[in-house]
Amino acid sequence: MSIVGLFAQLLAIALALALAPLLTGWVNQWRAWLQGRRAPGLLQPYRVLHKLFNKESVVAEHATPIFRVAPYIMFGCMALACGIAPTLSTDLPLAPAADAIALVGLFALARVFISLAAMDIGTSFGTLGARREMLIGFLAEPALLMVLFSASLITQSTSLAMIVETLAHQPFAIYPSLAVAGVAFTMVSLAENARVPVDNPATHLELTMIHEALILEYSGRHLALVEWAASLKLFAYSCIGLALFVPWGVAEAGTPIAILFAIPMLVVKLAVGGVLLALIETINAKMRLFRVPEFLATAFLLAVIALLVHVLLGA
Amino acid sequence: MLVLDWILIVIAGWLALGVAGIGALRNTAFVARVLFPAGAVLAVALAGFAVAGLLGTPETAVLALGLPDLPFHLRLDGLSAFFLLVIGAIAFGISIFAAGYFRHGEGTPPGLMCLEYHLFLASMALVVLADDAYAFMVMWETMALSSFFLVTANHRVPAIREAGFLYLLIAHIGALGILLCFGVLQANTGDYTFANMRAQSLSPLWASAAFLLATVGFGAKAGILPLHVWLPEAHPAAPSPVSALMSAVMLKTAIYGLLRVSFDLLGAQQWWWGVLLMAVGLATALYGVVFSAVQTDMKRLLAYSSIENIGLLFVGIGLGVLFNAYGMKALSALALTAALYHVLGHAFFKSLLFLATGSVLHATGERSLGKLGGLMRRMPWVAWLSLVGVLASSGLPPFSGFVSEWLLLQSFLFTTGLPDSFLNMLVPVLAAGIALVAALAGYTMVKFFGVIFLGQPREPKLADAHPASPLERAGLVWLGAGCVLLGLFPVQVIGLIDRVTRLLVGGGIADTVRANGWLLLSPSSIDRASYGPLVFLGVVSLAVLLTAVLVRKLYHGRLRRAPAWDCGFPAQTARMQDTAEGFGQPIRQIFEPFFRMRRELPSPFDAKPHYRVTIEDHFWHWLYLPVARLTSLIARGVGRLQQGRIAIYLLYSFVTLMVLLLVVKS
Repeated sequence: MSIVGLFAQLLAIALALALAPLLTGWVNQWRAWLQGRRAPGLLQPYRVLHKLFNKESVVAEHATPIFRVAPYIMFGCMALACGIAPTLSTDLPLAPAADAIALVGLFALARVFISLAAMDIGTSFGTLGARREMLIGFLAEPALLMVLFSASLITQSTSLAMIVETLAHQPFAIYPSLAVAGVAFTMVSLAENARVPVDNPATHLELTMIHEALILEYSGRHLALVEWAASLKLFAYSCIGLALFVPWGVAEAGTPIAILFAIPMLVVKLAVGGVLLALIETINAKMRLFRVPEFLATAFLLAVIALLVHVLLGA
Repeated sequence: MLVLDWILIVIAGWLALGVAGIGALRNTAFVARVLFPAGAVLAVALAGFAVAGLLGTPETAVLALGLPDLPFHLRLDGLSAFFLLVIGAIAFGISIFAAGYFRHGEGTPPGLMCLEYHLFLASMALVVLADDAYAFMVMWETMALSSFFLVTANHRVPAIREAGFLYLLIAHIGALGILLCFGVLQANTGDYTFANMRAQSLSPLWASAAFLLATVGFGAKAGILPLHVWLPEAHPAAPSPVSALMSAVMLKTAIYGLLRVSFDLLGAQQWWWGVLLMAVGLATALYGVVFSAVQTDMKRLLAYSSIENIGLLFVGIGLGVLFNAYGMKALSALALTAALYHVLGHAFFKSLLFLATGSVLHATGERSLGKLGGLMRRMPWVAWLSLVGVLASSGLPPFSGFVSEWLLLQSFLFTTGLPDSFLNMLVPVLAAGIALVAALAGYTMVKFFGVIFLGQPREPKLADAHPASPLERAGLVWLGAGCVLLGLFPVQVIGLIDRVTRLLVGGGIADTVRANGWLLLSPSSIDRASYGPLVFLGVVSLAVLLTAVLVRKLYHGRLRRAPAWDCGFPAQTARMQDTAEGFGQPIRQIFEPFFRMRRELPSPFDAKPHYRVTIEDHFWHWLYLPVARLTSLIARGVGRLQQGRIAIYLLYSFVTLMVLLLVVKS
């Protein structure tokens, strides 16, 4: 473990924590513009977080400790996920602790805890949200795993850092399997981050919501942490997508200069990705809940096809 | 003194405890406070000796029991030592729990229960020690019968008697398969010792026949498709410690048998055996987990989950066979390590969860998920320990279930060098299936835990639920600790499993794993794949603590308790919470073809609306009922011969005599 590696690791986590709300704000801003509305300021998510942290937390009388612990666990999981996603450098001391499979496990752990917390209060909404969240999860999780497997088969490694390093080093070539996997990954990311067409982050209409139903009982600092963790999740997914499908610009040498150069590269890629996300959200309509399994099953099948394409074509 | 002798002393001790139970037939206090704890001490001793056996060299013994000229051959090698470790470690937790659990007799008097329980333990230990077919079958049958009596402990309930008979029936179909398998394996030498079977080299055809018989025979015990129907009936019918023992340990003896026959006794393996095991395993796993997700009885849910886990084990073993058939020792060892790790992991978390349902059952008298809820506040120990089991069972890091899942997926990912392109295509599809099963297991477990322990009590009587007794808690703590430690120290555990894989395929992964350090689990090189559960746990815990402290430092830690928000509808009651039924509804809709479902929906004008749904297994109607009808048809035909009049029977005798005379004459 080198000093530079440690520095890059801390920088990656700090950058993720700092930039994640900005990315959410950026996507919201673009969505508003594309939909012909006046957009809230770019810094609005920070203001919301600040406001929520200042408010007192109201917790239901019969809530168990799980309810209070879950936001912290979710936040911790997402922080680690951002730490192992090779955003700036591939020389990350934490990377060996969790590979692509463990990353999927990490997301699942956060999901299970937040779903249990939603069931804890025992209102109809919470359990409804938990059920829907787990429904999305059980289809999205294997699809994500299969996408990551396609990349690992090409690079002969399940370590995210190694995958990025290998992919970035190869001469520019379009892998048919990765192209298919990319589509699957986009679909999974939309579902996992509660975006249109699977869920609408702006809705509070009870029949359609998933993520919002899940966190309905949270307030104050707990809500702030959940929201921040959701931003971090979007950030982590974006970074993983960029790392897999647009791996160029990540510092492989691991020198401080290269890492510093990687930051503007990352910001530019995220900015473009955010606009694309807003565009997808604008031109699609939200689906009925029971269309979601079909949507995700398509993603799952595409990911499996990506694997098979790799086996067939060897690329 | 040999390790094997010590193990035999433990087994003799168990039998003695059983006999002592007969002496104190109705003395619950003596049985619970003295005999069961003594059994637990013997169990932990067995686990210790098993570790010694695992690290030592194979030992054999001949017991002059049984028929004259047909003594019991026993042998302790790596494989049997590993399974003895599972038996000892799990039985320790269950026996301690049982000491606090059997408070009043449940149908069967406690002393008799004690005899059956310890006989069951002893027979399982002897099954894995047996070194000839005769001893194996005797012990196998003892195991089946003692567990039959344990299942039917509450024999006054007709449903439990039915479950017991179904179990007995399928156990014997399986036993027939095993018996025939041994018949093929001894290759007409008439010598039924395992040493002789190892020495025989069968033709590929006969080897395949033996393998198929073993798969059916051991599969019936393990609960693979389509021989799984007894499992969700029998496991829930038994008292909880027995359910735990059956699900966590007895199913593993079937896995032991399969490994023993297919790797040890049969020499060369064929690739399609592996494919068969994987296909059957995946189908079983998917079937099990989908059914588990729609159950509304907590013990049935767990029983179906056991079917799922057995399926996963079969997939792991199948992959091991496939690699081994192509001479890929290291990969085969990796797949088998994954399977054996899961044997250990599943034994801990499934016994933990079954025992937890036992505590809930005692505290509330209720096993239907629709009538539970909010028990975390009443029974915090059971709830938190169940949470550990639930997380391990869902395959979430950093618990035990994740390690085996990770290893299994890794062994799938390494599979690119198979000589057959068909197999290379098949393997990713199977990996996708495994991923789906694992994710569905998470769904099921969230349902299990959330509905029982979280939310508000759905029935008023749950307010009087009493917490588990200290001994029950102690048993649960032991099993919960197992789930955590197996999750955190995979490198050390793999060091033990390595002995088994070396015995089975002549290769192991422990050297590579150890070379990569004790902190990171990495089956080949760190660049290729690695997972560090301790680092993982450390970073997540650090992030959680840091966040909690920083939020309090920078802002505040104020908290107000208030009633839950009622969405503007003040007339809400606890009964209006989402139910287990509702939680399973999406699965029922998505996987509709899996079920044979009947639904009664209320019409909008019903004064007393009621909703009922029954879910049945297709296999009942496709396989079991036709066979049952055929059997009764044949029985009726035979019945016609039996008129019940002595004259007719005399006529039969006379005719038989005449025919025989004719035959003899010609």
